[in-house]
Amino acid sequence: MPDAPDNRWKGAPPSGWSVLKQNRTAMTALVFLVVVSAAAVIIPFFLPDAIKQVSEESFAPPLSRSEDGLRFHLLGTDVNGNDLFHRLLTGAQVSLGVGLVGALVSLIIGGIYGMVSGYAGGRVDGAMMRFVDMLNAVPSLLIVMIFVSSFDAYFKDALDAMRLWGQAHRWRTVEDIASALIPYSRIAILVLSLGLVQWLTMARIVRGQVLVLKEMAFVTASRAMGQRGWTILWKHLWPNLSTIVLTCLTLTIPAVIRDESFLSFLGLGIEDPAASWGSLLRDGAQVINPIDSKWWLLLFPATLMSLCLLALNFLGDGLRDAFDPKSGS
Amino acid sequence: MAAFILRRLLSSIVVLLCAASITFLLSVSQKGGPFEKEKLSEKAKLEKLRQHELDGPKWWQLVRYQKRLLQGDLNVSLRYKDRTVAEILAQKLPNSIMLGACAFLIASVGGVAAGFIAAMRKDTWIDVSTMFCALAAISLPTFITGPVLVALLGLWLKLLPIGGFGTWQHLVMPSICLALPFMAYVARLMRNSLLEVMSQHHMRTAKAKGLDEVTTLMRHGMKMAILPVVTYLGPMAAYVLTGSFVVETVFNISGVGGVFVNAIQNADCFLLTGAVLVYAALIVFFNFIVDVLYTFLDKRIQLHA
Repeated sequence: MPDAPDNRWKGAPPSGWSVLKQNRTAMTALVFLVVVSAAAVIIPFFLPDAIKQVSEESFAPPLSRSEDGLRFHLLGTDVNGNDLFHRLLTGAQVSLGVGLVGALVSLIIGGIYGMVSGYAGGRVDGAMMRFVDMLNAVPSLLIVMIFVSSFDAYFKDALDAMRLWGQAHRWRTVEDIASALIPYSRIAILVLSLGLVQWLTMARIVRGQVLVLKEMAFVTASRAMGQRGWTILWKHLWPNLSTIVLTCLTLTIPAVIRDESFLSFLGLGIEDPAASWGSLLRDGAQVINPIDSKWWLLLFPATLMSLCLLALNFLGDGLRDAFDPKSGS
Repeated sequence: MAAFILRRLLSSIVVLLCAASITFLLSVSQKGGPFEKEKLSEKAKLEKLRQHELDGPKWWQLVRYQKRLLQGDLNVSLRYKDRTVAEILAQKLPNSIMLGACAFLIASVGGVAAGFIAAMRKDTWIDVSTMFCALAAISLPTFITGPVLVALLGLWLKLLPIGGFGTWQHLVMPSICLALPFMAYVARLMRNSLLEVMSQHHMRTAKAKGLDEVTTLMRHGMKMAILPVVTYLGPMAAYVLTGSFVVETVFNISGVGGVFVNAIQNADCFLLTGAVLVYAALIVFFNFIVDVLYTFLDKRIQLHA
């Protein structure tokens, strides 16, 4: 046909990534998150050592210099004279780290559970999904609180025993790992238990996708070639799930961060001297009073945390719009 | 219907008993036992444990506790001497329920209204800004919005009292603060399901017979569109209850949340289990209500437990 219109669109439909690149809010959110996490990791190395310690000046306002002129408090200090800027950055390390690791734990559990349930189908699937429904009815944060408070001491003991065992057997690495972990034992058990309660959504989404995928021709083909179930799951289904899992992961991270801060805010999570956004906010909320308000202790952590949570949610929504346009809400 | 209710009742009792047993086991297996923090001699501690039926192996403690529970006895608090768990909870529960009910009302009514408006004005600035605010409200936890509200409305503008409980002014800030994220979620659900319903044929027919936009939606659209929201109301009631923890701390309200946190910190296993039982019972109850409501809204659904 010589006179076919030349302006006919010949390209392929846009892939998810290019849709995402068009989404300005999501890209801004991504850049913001990268900057914040880079700052949280890098900047503490360059801060002077004097600023990282407890000092005499409690409640110094922002942009103030200490009396001897050695320390400059960009964002002021808290009740113990800790520099808020430094604590905010280390808090970001803890909060973002907890969010990421917790989400990964939930990914591993939820992904495997969902894949097995969806692929097995039939009665196994029914039973496994009933179990998820049942767990969904339990207020999970209550269980996390009880779990953490009950097993924290045991976990510390186990780490201590590991350290002693390493010492006794002259196994240096074990000893080092254990003694490095002991101050962080509470964070570790917190991450673990938060991941353990967050996997339900992930399992449900993965299962739904597997149910669709497993009816497709390429799965039948690989089964006809004699591949075993696990190989099919890992080699053929998992790569097809990756974008949906990525979306779900991005939306799980803020949920874990929020839960962790929730517990820290109530005084059941991270303990001093370690800080997370939740514990900083707790300190900030305790000192607001009508007479002499220490506004910076509340304002800065609240702003940083809200911006990060917003950015993560925007990014997650953007990812979902890009890769899974049908499922809204 | 009667058979359905009976079956649900039985399964609820089993669920509650399981929840109580797990909580009890977790809390008594805390290291050092419940009297760790009190400075007691070994003998006095044993004596105390025996007095509260907390001696012997864990399963034996559990069996004795379950027996008590089945007789409707929540036992006494270990920390607050000579007060029963039932007494403490009965004293604190009304506050929490009051707060939760207000937040629940605000969230459901406000959320449905906001979602309705956003869907009616789809793709205008009203829709975009409503949905932006909704996402913001979902991502911000109550322990940020709470203190910020206190600082703004309470300390700066001096409109509302900053803490305590009693008059309706005390209730405004905490319930708004608690309701915000749920309101946002309901608004998003409502908007999406309304948009979906609006694209269906019977809506076109209704418009063709001469109804205007709002009447069409009210009479024919809402009934379908409200279903996802109703489903969410059950879990939402549960989340509102557990979310009230932080709000109670921020606004200094003495409710079950505070009891729960104290009980964890003091390893007060009977009080803790009592609080969990109250929460679990409320959740089970709300889910039941939602299931029943469903049959009235959607005649296609048959109840079977």
